Amino acid sequence: MIEPIRIPSALLPRRFRVVVNCPELSDVSTLSILPLDGTQTSGKPGQFNMLYAFGVGEIAISISGNPADTDTLLHTIRNVGAVSGALCGLREGAMLGLRGPFGTPWPVEAQAGRDLVIIAGGLGLAPLRPAILQALSMRSALRSLSLVVGARSPSQILYPAQLADWAGSGALRISLTVDRATPGWTGMVGVVTTRLERALEGCDPANVSAFVCGPEVMMRHSCQALEDLGVPAACQWISMERNMKCAVGSCGHCQFGPDFVCRDGPVFRWDRIGARLRIREI
Amino acid sequence: MTHVNANRSKIKKYRACAVQKTAQALQESFPEDRMGESLFLKDPHRLLEDWLSAGWRVIAPLLRDGALVPDILHDPEELPRGVTDRQSPGSYRLEPGASTRWFEAVVGPQGWKRWLHPPERKLWSARRDAAGFEVTPEAEEWPATIFFAVRPCDLAAIARQQEVFRRAGDPAYAARRAATRIVAVNCGRSAETCFCASMQTGPRAQAGYDLALTEIADGLLLEIGSEDGTALLDARALPAATDAQVREAARLIEAAAASQTRAMPPDIAERLTEVADSPRWEQVASRCLHCTNCTAVCPTCFCTDVTDRTSLDGAMAERWQRWDSCFSPDFSYLHGGPLRRRAAARYRQWMTHKLSNWHTQFGSSGCTGCGRCITWCPVGIDLVAEARALAKGE
Amino acid sequence: MKTQSIAEILSEHSILGRFDADSIELLAGCARNLHFGAGEMIQREGDPAALVHVLRTGDVAIEISAAHIAPTVVETVHGGDILGWGWLIPPYRTMFDARAMTEVSCVALDAACLRGKCDEDPQLGYQLFKYWLPHLAARFRAQRLQVADLYGRDDD
Repeated sequence: MIEPIRIPSALLPRRFRVVVNCPELSDVSTLSILPLDGTQTSGKPGQFNMLYAFGVGEIAISISGNPADTDTLLHTIRNVGAVSGALCGLREGAMLGLRGPFGTPWPVEAQAGRDLVIIAGGLGLAPLRPAILQALSMRSALRSLSLVVGARSPSQILYPAQLADWAGSGALRISLTVDRATPGWTGMVGVVTTRLERALEGCDPANVSAFVCGPEVMMRHSCQALEDLGVPAACQWISMERNMKCAVGSCGHCQFGPDFVCRDGPVFRWDRIGARLRIREI
Repeated sequence: MTHVNANRSKIKKYRACAVQKTAQALQESFPEDRMGESLFLKDPHRLLEDWLSAGWRVIAPLLRDGALVPDILHDPEELPRGVTDRQSPGSYRLEPGASTRWFEAVVGPQGWKRWLHPPERKLWSARRDAAGFEVTPEAEEWPATIFFAVRPCDLAAIARQQEVFRRAGDPAYAARRAATRIVAVNCGRSAETCFCASMQTGPRAQAGYDLALTEIADGLLLEIGSEDGTALLDARALPAATDAQVREAARLIEAAAASQTRAMPPDIAERLTEVADSPRWEQVASRCLHCTNCTAVCPTCFCTDVTDRTSLDGAMAERWQRWDSCFSPDFSYLHGGPLRRRAAARYRQWMTHKLSNWHTQFGSSGCTGCGRCITWCPVGIDLVAEARALAKGE
Repeated sequence: MKTQSIAEILSEHSILGRFDADSIELLAGCARNLHFGAGEMIQREGDPAALVHVLRTGDVAIEISAAHIAPTVVETVHGGDILGWGWLIPPYRTMFDARAMTEVSCVALDAACLRGKCDEDPQLGYQLFKYWLPHLAARFRAQRLQVADLYGRDDD
């Protein structure tokens, strides 16, 4: 008899506790969580964790807090199913399981000297927030920093207070646009692609890097529009979403052509996968 | 080459614990006198008896429900003899073969995957407590095991699956594999559905075996592939095979290769990257029943799902890992529905993953040419025929 | 601050600036500067589309309104854009309401004058189509994405 075969730690949830459950939108909450074992949390901008609701199941959720904060982890979750619903319903003090962090990060540090444009659509702002915070922490190293945020409607804009703070700080240019205005909305109306030309104003397109996250169609059109404006395809990154189960590249569910989104992504360079995104049902 | 590599890694391990030993002494502690040499064995019973009495768990292809399935052997008499198989697209039959032969029937529906990568595996259990819940990882016992009569295509499949789990950082597969000795059987006969020659995996076992057998007219040729293989037998008690016997074995293996009528196009990996929109996918999908048989019988398919189970009172939860199939619509589920809605997209996923993307992911093809997906497809979809049609742009 | 001529202003515009100098002079002959205060209507649905508003600075809301619905902004256009297309398409009627969201500076081209010059000078007409059509196409593309409702949630 040989030594018992053990489950790799990557497949074993660690226990975390909810510190705050902060409602963001009607169906979106941000959980601030703390590890029970007292260890420091980790996770680079763009990486994700597998969150487990006891007895219900597990889903992949991007890290959406400040990477400099190693005490708590933030995850912004939309209630779309049994597991996300259970997670959104966790009260302060409740326990949840966590595996992670997994996946590739936004290459924030590598953008020193460049004009960084961050484009978020809908809930896509959540996985980008850590990148924005990291970019702000190295703001002087960036030539410029702008953020384009698109949402379905004014009430669906994520983190409005933080956006207002950032806008007030003057550290970055923010352009906010909604697809559907509601009475009282005095801002821009139109999809995010309509804001890109202005977001690039004063920049040499060759010096621009872009991080894009949102629905796939929005990312595809945004990256194409950026290319049309002269931003090199190799200087654009997007974050992909697929059915992630194991998060370590063995269950096969998140395959996207030759890539496992959980391991080779979720953040991919646009020139590597742009053509593949046009293949239907790949 | 393999022998040398196996030895090198042995030697490396040895150095770590016994640095003071000289290279000379090391050399002596690993007698290589009979490695690579062909020995002769009248029949396998004696070996099996020895191994069983030494406490090994022996798993061998046994008769189960009219098919050969790797299962635990308790008595050498259970090893089927005088059985051959007739395989064709959508059909598998065991029939009486030459009465004296042990290894005429080739691969059955199940490879060794169900042992090394079990269909179900409990990962952990959790119990609700005052603090919330507690998670207990599962520990699995795997006895020292001998896989007996592993065909070359399946031997290649084991290596390919091991690579998948190595890259995923899951050591379980490698741990099971490390505690398993492999007795390969070179094929002296091919089924109609076999195409291992075109996948360069057979009909002669190439790497990763401890012992290899080739059945010849009056017995078995035995080759030792590793130190572990040497330890499995008292090699000195076995006579060397004659040159004529060695030539006979080689001739049989060559004939098995030459008899294969199916061949995978050599450039299929590249070709498949160019045909994402081919109408052929819809055509094959119109025949496909999405029964997932091909993925279940494929010796390399590794995809799994996890299921969370909860006790009725909600106090206990368990996570189970289970084989899954890219043919099931929910496989690609993302909030809102499956990404691969059409069966054509799912067939394309399976085939392009197996024959093309696997190279990018793991450095080899995901197909070893065992032909199971052809035999066990209820409507007889022929992977090779589909691949050839797609490669030709049909 | 030096006062710019209309031709100079047009030559700096992201779309009209691509016209050759002679054509810009021709356009300038139909043009005048216009300013709108925040909240001011620039055009109303159904009115004759007498002017082409070449936006220099500021934001403009394209709105739809009716008795039973509050004015709804369906699109916003901005400095660098050209407002509307009713001025080129018979019967030359304004198709939507447009309201200045901020202070808006624009060059207004007399639509009839512009059409007349294009008819006389196909070279000018060709440039108009060549440089204005991509702008229109970009706006159509954006509108299609808007219609696709990418964010896919319906809880407003």
